[in-house]
Amino acid sequence: MGIDLPLVWAVIILFGIMMYVIMDGFDLGIGLLYPFFSDKSDRDVMMNTVAPVWDGNETWLVFGGAGLLAAFPMAYSVVLSALYLPLIFMLLGLIFRGVAFEFRFKASEKRRHFWDKAFIGGSMAATFFQGVALGAFLQGIKITGRVYSGGALDWLTPFSLFTGIGLLAAYAMLGCTWLILKTDGPLQERMKAIARPLTWVLLAVIVVISVWTPLASPEIAQRWFSWPNLLWFSPVPLLVLVAAWQLRKSLLGPSHNAPFVLTLCIVFLGYSGLGISLWPNIVPPGISIWAAAGPPQSLGFALVGALLVIPLILMYTAWGYYVFRGKVDATHGYH
Amino acid sequence: MWDLDALLLARIQFGFTISFHIIFPAITIGLASYLAVLEACLLRTGNEVFRDLYHFWSKVFAVNFGMGVVSGLVMAYEFGTNWSLFSDFAGGVTGPLLAYEVLTAFFLEAGFLGVMLFGWQRVGPGLHFISTVMVALGTLVSMTWILASNSWMQTPAGYAIIDGRVVPTDWFAVIFNPSFPYRLAHMGVAAFLATALLVGASGAWHLLRGNDNPAIRTMTSMAMWMLLLVAPLQAVIGDFHGINTLKHQPAKIAAIEGHWENRPGEAVPLVLFGWPDMAAEKNHFALEIPHLGSLILTHTWDGKIPALKDFKREDRPNATIVFWTFRVMVGLGMLMILLGILALWARLRGKLYQSRPLLRFMVCMGPAGIIAILAGWFTTEIGRQPWIVYGVMRTADGVSSHGAVQLGITLALFVVVYFVVFGAGAVYLLRLIAKGPELQGGDSPVPGGPGQPRQAMRPLSAAPDSEKTPPELAPGG
Repeated sequence: MGIDLPLVWAVIILFGIMMYVIMDGFDLGIGLLYPFFSDKSDRDVMMNTVAPVWDGNETWLVFGGAGLLAAFPMAYSVVLSALYLPLIFMLLGLIFRGVAFEFRFKASEKRRHFWDKAFIGGSMAATFFQGVALGAFLQGIKITGRVYSGGALDWLTPFSLFTGIGLLAAYAMLGCTWLILKTDGPLQERMKAIARPLTWVLLAVIVVISVWTPLASPEIAQRWFSWPNLLWFSPVPLLVLVAAWQLRKSLLGPSHNAPFVLTLCIVFLGYSGLGISLWPNIVPPGISIWAAAGPPQSLGFALVGALLVIPLILMYTAWGYYVFRGKVDATHGYH
Repeated sequence: MWDLDALLLARIQFGFTISFHIIFPAITIGLASYLAVLEACLLRTGNEVFRDLYHFWSKVFAVNFGMGVVSGLVMAYEFGTNWSLFSDFAGGVTGPLLAYEVLTAFFLEAGFLGVMLFGWQRVGPGLHFISTVMVALGTLVSMTWILASNSWMQTPAGYAIIDGRVVPTDWFAVIFNPSFPYRLAHMGVAAFLATALLVGASGAWHLLRGNDNPAIRTMTSMAMWMLLLVAPLQAVIGDFHGINTLKHQPAKIAAIEGHWENRPGEAVPLVLFGWPDMAAEKNHFALEIPHLGSLILTHTWDGKIPALKDFKREDRPNATIVFWTFRVMVGLGMLMILLGILALWARLRGKLYQSRPLLRFMVCMGPAGIIAILAGWFTTEIGRQPWIVYGVMRTADGVSSHGAVQLGITLALFVVVYFVVFGAGAVYLLRLIAKGPELQGGDSPVPGGPGQPRQAMRPLSAAPDSEKTPPELAPGG
């Protein structure tokens, strides 16, 4: 028995998506928080806290797309055509935001406000439609044979709109706690003030999704509530509650690092929860990673390159974050 | 009719986004190699002019690379959103090739690109040169993967169809499929030519404005040497590529030539101009040169090639379009050869940097390489229709089942966003070029690297910020 290639690739892609959600989450969150801070020097500081890292984050998104096509062409084709509109809106948002990020620094004073707005609008659109796409994906995709057979607007449901808003809250929270970690003084205080109510919003979102998904899908209910699964999986919701409690406490105290770390924990637990609900399906409700996998010759060939390059990217990323550790303030560099 | 419209819209959308995208990688490929040549000249001669030119063009390179990354993001998803049935059918081949392209680009960004853009003060000259060469090679490798994938779709090989899906049986045959070497050579040289024309036009523009210095003279001169040597070479490669296409995709050649039928005892003429009419199956206003078509395509006096009427109507590509896109490409290629020769003539007379008509011609030819690349791709992509995988899967069978309304809305959004975003990018690039190279290291690159605000994962950050930035806010050391 050789290596289970679809399993290896599923792990690689899940890891890539998690890296993306965590890392692009906080810098999209900064765009979401921009409307609350109109002062130019505040905005400069906020952007400076992600300038050294943000573009590397989207690396994982491109890799996710290409990896999915290489390893699971069927899932790639079905999911992407089912989620055509939200994904295109998300990509357009990301383009706008990515370019706004760069041109804000290059633009004259007169033009800067345009790129500020593009940054806000792009971040909002990208986050919201990413959440919508996630919700539509969780609800399941209608397939006949190997082809998407739903309509153009199947993705537009109350649940997917809710997950869109939910992701806005999650990314704003990541951005907010990231800024608590990277800033000081009045700006940090204001971030803490925003983060406190946002914690409750985030928790509410997680609770609603946790109740909504099993109610909507008997398979997911079965996965979570049958014995002994209940025992194995119960730490996930319990840890979410513990982390949220700790998060709330840390936001009242002097801690700079704990809020971000705890928010990451919550996001990671939420991601694991979704993983538990779906595994081993790559196209819910019924297509498993083995059914969607491409030919083994393709998976093996692409795996060689992935295993060579991914460690390099991880090292580069880690080095970047290490060099960039510490606080950012208005006197520290222009961007 | 409705279905046809949706298919056409899906094709226009893909064509629009990929046409915008291809411009940036093409210039990236050319500039990376140009920078490697500049650094080699610097190390060999010690002439500081080459260092000034390196710093100048590396900023243009960085912005261009950044635009390529942004526009490439969409491409990684569009195969699934627009061509889902194709992706499911052929993803076993095209997926790994695309993944390798993406991985190559990341490898560059995480490795040598950073040293190249920000490492001047940190590493020795030898190591820096190696980094530049690796970036240049990396862009070529990246292109190789994509062209392997495209060429496989044009001339598929090394595969079997099992359970209705493509399974690669021999990766070597998949990658080195019959049209791949020709397409690779043709596109690689096209990227070099487009870059040489851009560099030459920049130099000529400065010279026309009286901004005459050794760096500007050197870059103009280098560009014209490149043109003189490579533009004729491209004509030869193009001829080989055409003969390869005749062998594997004869309908494409017939459409390019506007060649409707073979008449007994008559050689294939070359239709210089005309208006191929798909419905009437003939050319209007045709201006023909007898025997020249045979001579070019078969290298014999009376050789015959398959004609459009030999193919069923539904298997014919649109001759009206490819007839003209091909002629635009070839016409521009001829002008490139002409410019190279005129520049040599002016050089021998000692007037290369003074002849205003010649300099104006250079400026006008600045975008010619890019336009020729687009025209060439239009020819080869529209010319292989109606097939998405040639002879194996029809484009109509590979498209996602989106309605025309959805596709129309997203297409309109793409058009608006791309013109705003890449319009701003193009303006910024032109401003950067208009500033011109600064002499004597007055233009030394900004510091940066992993974890710094300026770093290779954000190639655009290697270019300078707004000139209005007060000095105290400018990035420090």
